[in-house]
Amino acid sequence: MSNNFNIDIVNPEKSFLSKNDVFEVVIPAVEGEIGILKDHISIISFLKPGIIKVYSDTEEQNFYVEDGIVEFKDNTLSVLTSSIFDLKDADKNFVSESISSAETELSKEDIDDQKRFLLNHKVEILKSIN
Amino acid sequence: MPSLDDLRKRITSVKSTQKITKAMKMVAAAKLRKAQENAEKGRPYSEKMNNIILNLSRSITDKENAPKLLVGTGDKKMHLCIVLTADRGLCGGFNTNIIKKAKIYFEKIISENKTLKIITVGSKGYDQLKRQYKSYIIENISFKESKNVNYFDADKVGKIIIDKFENNEFDVCAIFYNKFKNVITQIPQEQQIVPLNENNEEGANSSSDNDYEFEPDEDEILSNLLPKNISTQIFKAMLENSASEQGSRMTAMDNATRNAGELVDRLTIEYNRSRQAAITKELIEIISGAESL
Repeated sequence: MSNNFNIDIVNPEKSFLSKNDVFEVVIPAVEGEIGILKDHISIISFLKPGIIKVYSDTEEQNFYVEDGIVEFKDNTLSVLTSSIFDLKDADKNFVSESISSAETELSKEDIDDQKRFLLNHKVEILKSIN
Repeated sequence: MPSLDDLRKRITSVKSTQKITKAMKMVAAAKLRKAQENAEKGRPYSEKMNNIILNLSRSITDKENAPKLLVGTGDKKMHLCIVLTADRGLCGGFNTNIIKKAKIYFEKIISENKTLKIITVGSKGYDQLKRQYKSYIIENISFKESKNVNYFDADKVGKIIIDKFENNEFDVCAIFYNKFKNVITQIPQEQQIVPLNENNEEGANSSSDNDYEFEPDEDEILSNLLPKNISTQIFKAMLENSASEQGSRMTAMDNATRNAGELVDRLTIEYNRSRQAAITKELIEIISGAESL
């Protein structure tokens, strides 16, 4: 029996990625990274900025996501996100723009700790891409 | 009886109008294909979102403390209506149909002595509503600059709604848009988005297995998800709307082209007849002139 399951990544504009031969996906959930294999228990969680790693039989793909929701059920992993791009075709300008906008946001006084944490995390991830 | 010259001028003018409507029809047809594609591509997202929320709300046992966006404030006094229309006219009954649907709702709210607030998205809706409901309109949003429907715009509208909800400015929120059925038919829709209408969801697939693991807990996920869902619903409505607009325009322009064609035919017959009449008249004059000699 194969150890593969399905993954669907959709953003509002289109279906971003749909595969049925992945055997492991690592997602950056809010409370820490989750590795998902076949027959994982049904789970709903949401994402923090980070890298989604998709391992399939033929290749390994990495995507940067900003936020989103994941649902795993009946061996189908659905990722709903509004901003996602493949690390391979990351746009340097876009990344540095995102970093600077996150940093200006950070410098504001009126943000709470949770937001500060998320923003810091985002900057860190984006810098590691750049 | 118009003179020959007048007729000729009218025929040319109708012909050039026909050329314009024909061109508009072609443009609408091309845009329609794209808009339809986009609407189809956007569907999985909103469907999945709906399913997740459905699953989540089922597993919430403590209805009392559930997020207000889901169950409502308990009051139904203040209504917020989002009317989504196009920015351009010349698209048949597209805008009018939405407005008509919305007006029925408005009248109901007003007659029940409830507070009504209106946000119009798209300038045509504002133009048509401002005469009658000017005092109720609190905001008019237009996305004339953005060429295509994009999620970013929908998110802006979504954020406005959330802000207003958090400031207790409304209890119930409904959106009005045209659902794209096919090129000829677009159905004006009224959809309640706050609180989430449960009747609407019963049609979704009802699986019995609800053993989800939540990380973090349900409440936190729901409160994170519901604002997103509002943006998603708005986005879906905008996509449907843009496909409907192009479809509606295409049909309207097709009709206009055909009508112009008929008009040209009629005018041409009239023109030929009066030309013939003039010739006959001249001949009679010549003949009777010759006879009298």
